[in-house]
Amino acid sequence: MNAFAAMLGRELRLALRGGGDVLTLVLFFVIVGAIVPFAVGPDKALLERIAPGIVWIAAFLAMLLGLDRLFRPDYEDGTLTLLRHADLPLSAAIAAKVIAHWLVSAVPLILASPVLTVLLAMEGDAFWRTVLSLLLGTPALAAFGAIGAAVTVSIRRGGLIAPILIAPLSIPVLIFGVGAITATQSSAALLFLAALSLMAAALAPFAAALAISSAED
Amino acid sequence: MSIDTAPKQSWWNRIAHPGQFVAWTRPLLWPLTALTAVLFVVGLWFAFFASPEDYQMGDTVRIMYVHVPNAWLSQFVYGIMAVSALGTLVWRHPLADVSMKAAAPLGALFTALALFTGALWGRPTWGTFWEWDGRMTSTLVLLFIYLGIVALWRAFDDQLRAARIIAVFTLVGAINIPIIKFSVDWWSTLHQPASVFRADGPRMPGSILTPLMVMFVAFTLLFLTLHLKAMHTEIKRRRVVTLQRKAAQGASS
Repeated sequence: MNAFAAMLGRELRLALRGGGDVLTLVLFFVIVGAIVPFAVGPDKALLERIAPGIVWIAAFLAMLLGLDRLFRPDYEDGTLTLLRHADLPLSAAIAAKVIAHWLVSAVPLILASPVLTVLLAMEGDAFWRTVLSLLLGTPALAAFGAIGAAVTVSIRRGGLIAPILIAPLSIPVLIFGVGAITATQSSAALLFLAALSLMAAALAPFAAALAISSAED
Repeated sequence: MSIDTAPKQSWWNRIAHPGQFVAWTRPLLWPLTALTAVLFVVGLWFAFFASPEDYQMGDTVRIMYVHVPNAWLSQFVYGIMAVSALGTLVWRHPLADVSMKAAAPLGALFTALALFTGALWGRPTWGTFWEWDGRMTSTLVLLFIYLGIVALWRAFDDQLRAARIIAVFTLVGAINIPIIKFSVDWWSTLHQPASVFRADGPRMPGSILTPLMVMFVAFTLLFLTLHLKAMHTEIKRRRVVTLQRKAAQGASS
């Protein structure tokens, strides 16, 4: 457990002291959300209707953007090789990395989502549902992202291919995430979202560990 | 020539030798091709001349005979890939890699054909090429997954190392496909409750079922033939790469 906590601390320190990355991601999230009204026009009724989709697309893109940082630096400087031979199982180390990734890339988005809900003319109740759905759904995005990043880590230009692999897998998250914001059937969608996140978070570290140890052989 | 004292291996282990595999399966290739061709001729004859028109859809019902087998193959091929992925990860069977790699573009092709024939069929019967219906949408997602796997194969230089990584992704996809299917169904019923798509269409009489079954077998055999040929090609490609590498080593030393 100590090793796990140390791993988590290392990841968090690296992310937070790397300078500005977290804020840049938040800025990206808000800008993507704010750019849509320019494309579809400032029609409030329309914006309110498509706002859940916009928020989720923005969150999905922002989470994809940070993925390359998850394993690549550690792969290139050999840290991953060390982690494979450490006492802590590789899957546990990866779980720590995924949790850290969620903390530094999803939690800031959730904190920033009120800005988007105001810009996209969502009323008060939908705001809370947005926060809740992002809170329950982003762990699944982080977990699927970890699988994609692990599979592509040994490809030199893997940055482009990871989103292609992850996007189809993430479709259920988007469906239930948006479903949880729109009023009808919101609670059922929230439960599905939570189930997806739990399942993905439980399985992804093992799949990612398997992919990484195959990449290193 | 020494006396062979090695313990006798099962066919499963001996087939792991790519050369053995090619030698054993090459005689199968021509009979398979001939059988596929015969079945296609019979199936298409039934489909075009010996089956009745549908009382609602008219002649367009004949699209079904190519559409349904393609849709079936789009899922069957993923099953083959998932089983091969297990073979790669669990038994490290060298031919499982080859089978997995050869199946991916074929799966993408059959899925694309299923979507294409579906669109052609949908236009006269429902009046639209594309509907965000549950089954069509999940087939589209399946196509994306296939294309992602093909792109992944192409991105790796070292195909032997790529196999195990892609096997992991294929299995993750296999777990996910039912979830995607379920979520897309949930989503499409939410968005368009009154779909034009009737899942339980007109009950099928035997006159339609016979050509459908023949075409089913014909398409499945077509896949098996192409898959076997693609595996042979992949084995040859790997041999060429190895020979080139050896030649390069010989030249430098």
